[in-house]
Amino acid sequence: MHEMALCESLLDSLREAAREHGFTRVTKVRLAVGAFAGVEVEALRFGFDVVMRGSLADGAELDILGEPGTAWCFDCGTTVELADRLAPCPGCGGERLRANGGTDMRIRNLEVV
Amino acid sequence: MCVSCGCGSHDVTISGAHGEHRHHAHGHDHSHVHGDEHHHHGEGAGTDATRTVEIERGILAKNDAYAARNRARLNAGGIVALNLLAGPGAGKTTLLVETLRILGARVPAAVIEGDQQTANDAERIRATGTPAVQINTGKGCHLDAHMVGHALDELPLPPGGLLFIENVGNLVCPAAFDLGEEVRVTLLSVTEGEDKPLKYPDIFQSADLVLLTKTDLLPHLDVDIDAMERNIARINPVAPVLHVSTKTGGIGLAAWLGWLGDIRRRRLDGLAAAAESRAKSLRAAAEALP
Repeated sequence: MHEMALCESLLDSLREAAREHGFTRVTKVRLAVGAFAGVEVEALRFGFDVVMRGSLADGAELDILGEPGTAWCFDCGTTVELADRLAPCPGCGGERLRANGGTDMRIRNLEVV
Repeated sequence: MCVSCGCGSHDVTISGAHGEHRHHAHGHDHSHVHGDEHHHHGEGAGTDATRTVEIERGILAKNDAYAARNRARLNAGGIVALNLLAGPGAGKTTLLVETLRILGARVPAAVIEGDQQTANDAERIRATGTPAVQINTGKGCHLDAHMVGHALDELPLPPGGLLFIENVGNLVCPAAFDLGEEVRVTLLSVTEGEDKPLKYPDIFQSADLVLLTKTDLLPHLDVDIDAMERNIARINPVAPVLHVSTKTGGIGLAAWLGWLGDIRRRRLDGLAAAAESRAKSLRAAAEALP
């Protein structure tokens, strides 16, 4: 359940952005979450509602954009897109892959007042 | 409130290196005063003009900034830090105690122990004569770079030393948090079953070394150790895998200590080369002055 900690970190970022960009309220948060980011989206939504309560983003909408996961294939030496972390390389069928993209999550933009 | 970063919550406690009681204010609670946050309730939402602000940054940007600070501090001090990750009961502390016992006084070491509750692990480490700081995360399921930064304040960190950071026993959450470590070591005990790497890939994917522990139990188990290794390679084809046990006189400990020695030597050589090149450029700059 590190989703709560992620939401607290997100709130810190929102506060910082509020100071930088001079807004007082956030009405929508748009995140990009990679397929291999290790984040449970439902837990993230739950944590978001709880953590944002009473803050500048109280009641804000959370918009999550999925990003595809990619992996380096050691057999064909290229980065390939993977639908499933345990899927073989779509190019060569190899199974020696290491995730190299879609492993993080970022704030894309905010709707603010 | 903490003077170095202004944090202030009581969920996390950090001990002194010798077990002194500390109640370090810590964490990211919601008691900070942010004057901008409490004016808007009851305002008509439709009356304000909304705008979009683009801020491309990682959600863990704050943790990553603390991790970078820890890394710079460790590098400046010539300390090689390892983040030890595993589920509860994989044998992290036992391996650490045995490792410290073998290293003895030859290599200076220090330990940061992470658990939700109790100082048991730090006490086990201190019994070897190694300074250890216990972080109790309260409800937290992982260590973060901010906690580790505070723990560093409490530890003697001699140059060339090894810093072992034993994370909270958890195969999921600790993977996401960079602590400023040089290398990650993930432990998996052979009793945990061969499919754990497939079920909990993140913690294996980021590992620089995987240790399969408690291998003395293999004759008593149905586990397929080759399948276990194949599953690790499926998630992380580059991390070496070593078999270790601290029982029956120790199995594979020499290989583990050899790996540790290589990592340490390579890192210290790298830091020394960087320092030499900096010294050279500073001397050259001094020469250039009239």
